[in-house]
Amino acid sequence: MEAAVLVVDLLVDFKNSVMAKTIIDVDHLSKIYNTGDIEVKALSDVSIKIDEGEFVAIMGSSGSGKSTLMHILGALDKPTSGSYHLDGHNVESLTDDELAEIRNKKIGFVFQAFNLLSRTSAIDNVKLPMDYAGYPDLEQEKRAKESLTMVGLADRMDHPPNKLSGGQQQRVAIARALVMNPALILADEPTGNIASTQAEEIMSIFQKLNDDGHTIVMITHEEDIAEHAQRIIHLFDGKVKEDGNGHTKSKATTKT
Amino acid sequence: MKLSKLIKTGFKNLGVNKLRTGLAILGIVIGIGSVIALVSMGEASKLSVQSQIQSIGSNLLTVSPGSQTSGGVRGAQGGATTLTNEDAEAIKTSAQITTIQNVSPEYSGRAQVIAGRNNTNSQIVGVEPAYADVRKVTVESGSFITSQYVSRMAKVAVLGPSVAEDLFGEGVNPVGQTIKIDGKNFQVIGITKAKGGSGPTSTDDYIFVPLTTAQKQLFGASHLTSIALEATSENVMTKAQNEVGYLLLSRHKLSDPAEADFRISSQDDLLETITSVTGTFTTLLSGVAAISLLVGGIGIMNIMLMSVTERTREIGLRKALGAKKKTIIQQFLIESIILTFTGGVIGVILGIAGFYFYTQVNGSEFVVTLQSVILAFSVSVGIGILFGWYPANQAANLQPIEALKYE
Repeated sequence: MEAAVLVVDLLVDFKNSVMAKTIIDVDHLSKIYNTGDIEVKALSDVSIKIDEGEFVAIMGSSGSGKSTLMHILGALDKPTSGSYHLDGHNVESLTDDELAEIRNKKIGFVFQAFNLLSRTSAIDNVKLPMDYAGYPDLEQEKRAKESLTMVGLADRMDHPPNKLSGGQQQRVAIARALVMNPALILADEPTGNIASTQAEEIMSIFQKLNDDGHTIVMITHEEDIAEHAQRIIHLFDGKVKEDGNGHTKSKATTKT
Repeated sequence: MKLSKLIKTGFKNLGVNKLRTGLAILGIVIGIGSVIALVSMGEASKLSVQSQIQSIGSNLLTVSPGSQTSGGVRGAQGGATTLTNEDAEAIKTSAQITTIQNVSPEYSGRAQVIAGRNNTNSQIVGVEPAYADVRKVTVESGSFITSQYVSRMAKVAVLGPSVAEDLFGEGVNPVGQTIKIDGKNFQVIGITKAKGGSGPTSTDDYIFVPLTTAQKQLFGASHLTSIALEATSENVMTKAQNEVGYLLLSRHKLSDPAEADFRISSQDDLLETITSVTGTFTTLLSGVAAISLLVGGIGIMNIMLMSVTERTREIGLRKALGAKKKTIIQQFLIESIILTFTGGVIGVILGIAGFYFYTQVNGSEFVVTLQSVILAFSVSVGIGILFGWYPANQAANLQPIEALKYE
């Protein structure tokens, strides 16, 4: 078992170093909203490539188009023009139900407001995407437990979200995002609603996930949170203003 | 997503707002309950009327006076005095009539009846002995009206069991006692056997006296209110009807059957008429009940729509996590079906209980058909689908971002 994991890890590392696979390929993408008579250009001519295993922060002030970009990257919305390939699938040509399937299988969402079902236990929340994928009960149980253990909530699986702290709730959400083993983990201001002490914990989990080979795209407006990523993309007025290296400070202390 | 899980989630969601859920269910309970109770009551009254009519006999023809046309003016149906004792006699003796084996001329009217301190207004029927054979009346104790009593114009009476009970109380044998009909003393000579049923068609409520006594002593009339005929068999009913019809037309000096001042009806005709009347009644009642069911259904739609609005964020999240349109529709449909099905179960139970109570009070038969129960269940589930569809569709068509942004 241990050996197998090691082999997989090695393979992932090998792949990353030699022939990194492109997970996100955004090409000349624009998004225009029509609100009555006024046309709002939320994104104009954005091109981004993100490879497997990358940890990318997308930064920008409010109105910079980062939420719109996140919706499109998350297959929640379609671009007005340009193309978006996610793990080889051309997203803008898909129907609503096909998009739902892509979201289910390829993307793990972590939202600012956690978005957990409030009267449902942590483990059932984590099982939700597997329900939609139609996994058998036993496998759901096994995977959900692994996932919750990974985020350090093995002892709180049966608690409903309202009995958990903000940081714990976000960890449940991360466990839910992980459970389908998606190609991309998409986090939208994951620390926005969390006390700063716990924010560091959340970031260390992301760090660890990235070390394990997960591709993570995180939207944030907080400089120090973005610093945890290898690569930071700055958006301004719907355009990519800067695309460069992160880690100018230091990696978050990984603790598990 | 598995059905069992959808149902579990449905119950959980409905459990959040118990009062609201309960009120929505109540609407369906009232609807289904009233449909079940009212339809059963209608069926029960139809059954009791049918069994009553069949107990009278299926080879029975009744001649009743029709309207009298004089100078082109048609009088009221049944108001005529065109049937006479001679008509009855002619039917009995005519050589042209081969299909009638028994003739019972009758005169009936209402009169005040007193026995001791008990006082009732009853249907008094003047009869000849043939009445017992034609109308299938048997005597429980004592004897029926005989031809001696008829020719002597005797003041004797045979009581139906209900009247006997009204006048003398339960368990008392009134044979030999005296009652006053319209102020005149009558001796009770017999009690008929109960035939069941209630209302004006039941002979249990009648007092039988000799025909001559009724005509001359009580009501001062020389005509008949009806002539009951027993055909030789069920198969000759139409022929019998024609034979009697032609005889009476010629006796009444009428050439055109359209001008007939009498009506000949068989039990089948009566059965058909009454069945159609009770049928109409049942339809009306069911219509009212169906309206309350509709209102219940709208109640379901209302709370489902509220629920969709309240759960916009949840729906958005579910869609973001990979729920397809179909899954969302199923989720909401299942919730509304749970509501209407639960309402249906409670409604059926309460409806049957209500109908049982009605039969206890009314004395009619307690029969609940399986069809009506199955129908009620399928209707309640159907209402769930029908009125849950629109809200479910609204939910499924929400865009995940809109839903997630919704506060």
